[in-house]
Amino acid sequence: MSRHAAGPGKHEQQPKYVEPPTKPRRKRVVLADSRAPVTVLRTVVELEEQTSYGEELVRQFIRIQLRTAVRMWGSVVLVLASLPALFHFLPHLSEVTLTGVRLPWLVLGIAPFPLLFGVGYWYNVRAERNERDFVDMVEK
Amino acid sequence: MEVNLWAVATVMLVAVATFYIGYRSSRLASTTPDFLVARRAIRSSRNAAAVSGEYLSAASFLGVAGLVLKDGVDALWYPIGFTAGYLALMVFVAAPLRRSGAYTLPDFCEARLGSRGLRGLSTAFVVFIGMLYLVPQLQGAGLSITRILPFPHWVGALIVAGVVVVNVFGGGMRAITIVQAFQYWLKLFAIAAPTFVMCALFIGDGGISSSATTGLTEPYPPTFTSATKIDVRTPVILQVKEHTWLFAEGVVDDGPAQGSTFWAPGDHKVGAGTQLHFFQGSAVPVVAGAPADNESWLRPVAGTSDLFLTYSLILATFLGTMGLPHVLVRFYTNPDGRAARRTTLHVLLLLSLFYLFPMLVGALSRLYTPELLVTGQTDLAVLALPTKIAPGVLGEILAAVTTAGAFAAFLSTSSGLVVSVAGVLSTDVLPGRVRDFKFATAIAGGVPLALAIVLRPSDISLTVGLVFALAASTFCPILLLGIWWRRLTWVGAAAGMVVGGVLVLSALVVHTISGYTGGWASPLFAQPAIITVPVAFLTVILASLATQRTMPADVNRIRLRMHAPDRLGFIRDRDIARFGTAEERARLANGRHRQ
Repeated sequence: MSRHAAGPGKHEQQPKYVEPPTKPRRKRVVLADSRAPVTVLRTVVELEEQTSYGEELVRQFIRIQLRTAVRMWGSVVLVLASLPALFHFLPHLSEVTLTGVRLPWLVLGIAPFPLLFGVGYWYNVRAERNERDFVDMVEK
Repeated sequence: MEVNLWAVATVMLVAVATFYIGYRSSRLASTTPDFLVARRAIRSSRNAAAVSGEYLSAASFLGVAGLVLKDGVDALWYPIGFTAGYLALMVFVAAPLRRSGAYTLPDFCEARLGSRGLRGLSTAFVVFIGMLYLVPQLQGAGLSITRILPFPHWVGALIVAGVVVVNVFGGGMRAITIVQAFQYWLKLFAIAAPTFVMCALFIGDGGISSSATTGLTEPYPPTFTSATKIDVRTPVILQVKEHTWLFAEGVVDDGPAQGSTFWAPGDHKVGAGTQLHFFQGSAVPVVAGAPADNESWLRPVAGTSDLFLTYSLILATFLGTMGLPHVLVRFYTNPDGRAARRTTLHVLLLLSLFYLFPMLVGALSRLYTPELLVTGQTDLAVLALPTKIAPGVLGEILAAVTTAGAFAAFLSTSSGLVVSVAGVLSTDVLPGRVRDFKFATAIAGGVPLALAIVLRPSDISLTVGLVFALAASTFCPILLLGIWWRRLTWVGAAAGMVVGGVLVLSALVVHTISGYTGGWASPLFAQPAIITVPVAFLTVILASLATQRTMPADVNRIRLRMHAPDRLGFIRDRDIARFGTAEERARLANGRHRQ
C-alpha cells in the first residue's frame, strides 16, 4: 500500500499551481509514509513486474509456506483422527483409569486443546520466520 | 414451569448491556465501512475475544453439555472439532485471505477467479448457510425462555431476533465488535463460575460414592433423583432397560394410558401431550439411539457405523469452520495478514479455555438431571442442572447466571450472522448504501425467525453439525484450493460448490422428512460430510483441470498479493472502492491516504 501511496501524493500537489475558481476543499497531503521501506528495491520491482525471476521466487516461497502448514496440520489430524480407531480396535484402553477418570475422557476432554494451541503457536513462529527470511532475501 | 425471577432479571440485564454498549459505540459509526468492517482499528486481543464471542454459539454453550449428557464421551468430538477448525483456518487461510483484501466469501471468489457468476452463486450459499445457522440459535433461545417464563417457544426467538436487528441497525459491525468481546467474557464467566460452584457442591456432598444416583461407571441406566413429572411435547420412542412402574396420562404404545402403567424392557412409544410420572429411584428411560446405561455412555464409539459418523463429524467440523460466513468477515477487521494469524492464535486459547466447562456440566447432569433424557431436551442441561444440584436461592442464582450466558450466546452468534448475511445482501443484491444495509438486516433477521418458529427443533449441536458439513462441502474447497493451488478455475469452483451444496442439501431434506415420518433414515444423513467433502474437492479439481483455459490471466499477481509478507506492501483492500455511495466514498477518500 505504502508505495502506491507515493503516487497519489504527487497528483495531490498539482492543484496548488492551478488556481481553482472556488475555494479548494481541505485535503490532508501526505508526502511520505514513515512505515514504508525507504528505497524502492530492485527485487521488489521484479516481484511486482512479474519477471520470471520474481515469479519463481514467489512460487518457492508459497511452496515453503504450504509445506509448513501441511506438516503441522497433518500431524495434528493424524494424532486426533487415530483416536476413534484406537478406542474402537483396542476396547480395553477405555477401561484404563487415571486419577479416577477414564482414559478416553482425559484423552478427548483435555489433551486436544493444549495440542491445538501448541501447534498453532509453533506454526505462527515458523510462518513468521519464513516471511522474515523472504523479506530479508528480497530486500538484500 | 415456575418463573425464575433471577433469570428473568439477568437476561434483561444482558439485553440492556448489549444495547447500551452497542449504542455508546454506535455514535462513532457513520460511514458504510464503519458499519461493515469497523475500520480495522481493533486490537488483536479484543478482536480475538470478539471472534470467540461470536463463534461460541448456542451449540457450544448449551449443545455440547446436552450431547455429553446424552451421548457421553463421543460428544467430546464437537468441542474438539470446533477448536481444531480454527487451527485449520489459521494454518491455511487466515493470513492469505486477509491479504487478498476480500471482505466476504463472494468477494474472495470474485477477487481470486474473476467471475461475476461465481460471485452470485457464492452469495446465495453465504446467505443460505448464514440463515440455516441462525435457525438453531433462535430455537435455542425459544427453548431457554420456556424454562424461565410461562411463554411459548416463539417468544424467546422473537426477543433474540429483535435485540439483534435493532442493535445492528444502530451501529453495525463496529458496535458489534465491542459487544462480541464483552459477550465472550460474559459467557466464560457464566459457564465457569456456576461450574466451579457445582463441582464444589458435588465434591462437598461426597462425590459419586455417597450420592444416591447411579455411578457413572455402573452398567445401569441413570435413576431419577426425585419423583418427577414429565410433559412429553413431541412424540418420542423411549428405550427402557429395567422393569419400570409409572403413572402415565395420554397416549402410550399407540393406546390410551390412564393411571398406573408397567413398562417391560424394550422400546416404548409415547405420544405428544402425554404426562409421565416417575418415582424416585426408578430407572430413567432414554430416547432411542442414545446409550441407555452409564457404562456404555462412558465408552467411546460402539459400532462401525458410529465410528463412521465420528469421522464424518471430524471432517465437517475440522474443515467447516473456515467456510462459515460470520467467521471470515471478522478477520477483515485485522490490519494485515500477520495480525490475522495472531488473532487466530488468541482465539485458539480462548476457545480451549471455554470448552472445559460444558464438558464438566454435561457429565454432572448425567447424575443430577437424567429426566432430560426422557424428553430429549438435553440442550437444557446447562440451565436445569443448577437448581437440581443446589435447591433453593443459590440454585436459582446459578441458573440465572447460566441463562444469562446462554442468551449472550444467542445474541452474539446471531449478531455476527445477521451482520455478515446483511453485508453480503446489501453489497451484492442491493446497491450498498447504509439504508440498504438496514433493509438487508431486517431480511437477515426475519427469515430465520420465521423458519425457527415453523420448523421442528432438534438437538442444537446436530443442526449446527449439518451447517458445518455444508460449509465444508461448499466454501472450504474453494478457499483451500484458491489460496494454495494455482490452477483453480471459476468453472471448477462453481461445479464443486454446486455438487457439494446439492449433496448436503439433499441429505438435509431426507433427514428432515425422515424426522417427521418415523426416523427411518440412516444417521449419516444428519452428518454427510465424509462423503460430500471428498466429492466436492474432487469435483473442483477435475473440473478445474478440464477448463484450464478459463484460468484468470492475473493469477500470479493475485497469488503474490495473498502470500507476500505484509512488509512488502502488496496488500490491497477491495471493499473501499465498492462500498458506499459516491458521496460516502468521496468523504472517505479525503484526508486519509491509508485505508
